[in-house]
Amino acid sequence: MQMPIPNPTILARKAQIVARLRAVLPADAVIDDPAETRAYECDALSAYRCQPLAVVLPRSTAEVAAALRICHEERVPVVPRGAGTSLAGGAMPSEDAVVLGLARMNAVLEVNYPDRFIRVEAGRTNLSVTGAVEESGFFYAPDPSSQLACAIAGNIAMNSGGAHCLKYGVTTNNLLGVTLVTMAGEVLEIGGAHLDAPGLDLLGVICGSEGQLGVVTEATLRILAKPEGARPVLIGFDANEVAGACVADIIRAGVLPVAIEFMDRPCIRATEDFAHAGYPDCEALLIVEVEGSPAEIDEQLGLIRQIAAHHNPVEFREAETEEEARRIWLGRKSAFGAMGQINDYMCLDGTIPVSALPLVLRRIGEMSAEAGLDVANVFHAGDGNMHPLILYDANLPGDLARCEALGAEILKLCVEVGGCLTGEHGVGVEKRDLMAVQFEASDLEAQMRVKDVFDPVWLLNPAKVFPLAISAARRAG
Amino acid sequence: MRVESERDLSEALRDVAGPVRIVGGDTRPVGARGGARLSVAIRGISLYEPAALTLVAGAGTPLAEVEAVLAAEGQRLPFEPVRWGPVLGAGGDSTIGGVVAANVSGPRRVQAGACRDSLIGVRFVDGTGVVVKNGGRVMKNVTGYDLVKLMAGSWGTLGVLSEVSFKLLPASTTEATLIVADLTPAEAVAALSAALGSPYDVTGAGWMPGVGAMLRVEGLAESVAYRAGRLAALLAPFGSPRQERDGSATLWRDLGELVVFQGQPGDLWRFSLRPSEAPAVVARLGCPVVLDWGGGLVWALVPEGVDARALAAPYAGHATRMRGSASGVATFQPEPAPLAALAAGLRARFDPRGILNPGSMG
Repeated sequence: MQMPIPNPTILARKAQIVARLRAVLPADAVIDDPAETRAYECDALSAYRCQPLAVVLPRSTAEVAAALRICHEERVPVVPRGAGTSLAGGAMPSEDAVVLGLARMNAVLEVNYPDRFIRVEAGRTNLSVTGAVEESGFFYAPDPSSQLACAIAGNIAMNSGGAHCLKYGVTTNNLLGVTLVTMAGEVLEIGGAHLDAPGLDLLGVICGSEGQLGVVTEATLRILAKPEGARPVLIGFDANEVAGACVADIIRAGVLPVAIEFMDRPCIRATEDFAHAGYPDCEALLIVEVEGSPAEIDEQLGLIRQIAAHHNPVEFREAETEEEARRIWLGRKSAFGAMGQINDYMCLDGTIPVSALPLVLRRIGEMSAEAGLDVANVFHAGDGNMHPLILYDANLPGDLARCEALGAEILKLCVEVGGCLTGEHGVGVEKRDLMAVQFEASDLEAQMRVKDVFDPVWLLNPAKVFPLAISAARRAG
Repeated sequence: MRVESERDLSEALRDVAGPVRIVGGDTRPVGARGGARLSVAIRGISLYEPAALTLVAGAGTPLAEVEAVLAAEGQRLPFEPVRWGPVLGAGGDSTIGGVVAANVSGPRRVQAGACRDSLIGVRFVDGTGVVVKNGGRVMKNVTGYDLVKLMAGSWGTLGVLSEVSFKLLPASTTEATLIVADLTPAEAVAALSAALGSPYDVTGAGWMPGVGAMLRVEGLAESVAYRAGRLAALLAPFGSPRQERDGSATLWRDLGELVVFQGQPGDLWRFSLRPSEAPAVVARLGCPVVLDWGGGLVWALVPEGVDARALAAPYAGHATRMRGSASGVATFQPEPAPLAALAAGLRARFDPRGILNPGSMG
């Protein structure tokens, strides 16, 4: 992975730039001591690191605007950062960039139950949004697995999903409005507590733009009434294909579970060793969760049991108690931690048409064998969002490169069968150079035109999303 | 001009000398109407995978055809597209591309999201004739910028849609509507909000003259019965709700298509608001209204030439004049200058000659 050569003029002017930032921001809001900026050298894609020029940690939209105005005047690139949990390197700095972190902006600004929205500062963590409304029986639906740590700002930048988005949608479907600060320091209010855009859907293109169009400092989010209850079942199968067929039949039958999670044998084994969730020893398992009152849950699970029976499951385990429900989810929720225990791993995020599931799983198995690297699969089966985990050893010279090469091949396969490179993690730097696999030059040109309008000098997170060769002329401007 | 393929569309836009007026079924004549007629007749469902809840169709495919194909498999478009032709005084058959271009969503929008939320992919031709694709046929996709959302509701001003892809939902087997009659629109909003804030998964919440407040639940039979019962108890403080089963679907179609306003004289306006602002807006308008989306959508029938946007102020939402032609009143909500500048910048880049439905949105 390449990054552009840092701009020597900016590096040479570091002292002046930091002094200008200090002049408009509180003393503790500007960090330039390398010992302290080290904490910002990477995000959750920790294979790539770079110390930034400086870090600013504003406490208000006005401070964000003031910092951006200065960076704009000085022509300094800015890398916005929520909580730094990006798996795609979305918040990875460059040496000549100022990191703009939103961690200190985490207040709840307004809660309105009759109109069913909450307005928060964008540095607030995902889970604490639900925390602010759950006593009143409401929740915020998107639930990325990093939800304890990740910030709404990053969720908006990457249009994050989660396990329950089959029913509730992803961030963009639950976002009503934002306060956006442009690179030039202008503060814009886009959307609000009402539905739909009055003109062009600017909110729709801002969400998922990976911090390249502006810095979101506040967000209005849709909140929903919590369902009366939820209950998972675990269904084990003796072949991946059969599990895939069962998913298709559940969807066709007209039941819409809130989640359908899939784990293959390597993943089941690893999590079982780690979490001891009591999963059956089988080739593939599904965790299917439905919601509603106890009677409604029974009605839906009755249907799912009938459908599963046609596929001769090796196990159909219904949670009778809270504790059993917890244990069914335990293995799935520990999967990433479990894989991390036994190996370094790279987590892919391609989406495929659900119908291509058996083919893709078989091909991944073959590719894994050819490359000599193990791959475990755990993913959201209802929507085809795969998460193949490629295991490697960071201490073994060349292993990371082999892992990345296999990852690229798997993502190309996802695109080949009609899917995409990333379903919920974003492009960042990680998948930047694969964009041409999915898009024609004219498709990428159309996207870059949008950035031209919001950030004409290409200073916001400039070396991400678009292959460097394609964006070179614009970044030089 | 009439184009039947993306290639023809691309050539037509590349070669055209002046402004074009883009037409699907010509059922939504909203905004400026100048330019040469460009009829998009790119038809046909190119992919439908019921097990993947996915459909891809040419933009000129009639909405009715899409709906029929889905119904045969027990599925549907989640956002419940509505036909505005009759109330706007326009004939023709609505096309799926037209639905997207106007981001048309019906009563279920309040629970299942808007047209733009179900739209997962587009192909379009920009104002220079270049074909662009964005999104795709999978329901989770964050690869690159989301131009899919940008195209939905852009009324053809950024490009002409050639193909659209949707995620679908299973159609419900059962539905029921609770009706609380004898509520004014203002009183109804509180009842609708209470229901939408409950866990009973309400998929329609509106108010119609002659009927009253309406709340819909859908799903499996026992679940519908259960939730309708719980909602009836919840609504008791607002009146005695009666339950409509057989007539439920017709009621919501009537509300979505604004049957009570069809053939009535006057200008038709559409307000998107916080539901809690609706009672005051309705009072200031002082005209016949229909409410949808729990009061978040107000349809108002005002005397010809009245600037309902000004009459309803202040409110923190937006208003569109859907039918009416008096000059001096903007069709779309004028936006604050910085947002208008962004929109103008996007149009200038996607349609540098300014030929696509010019003047339609601002």
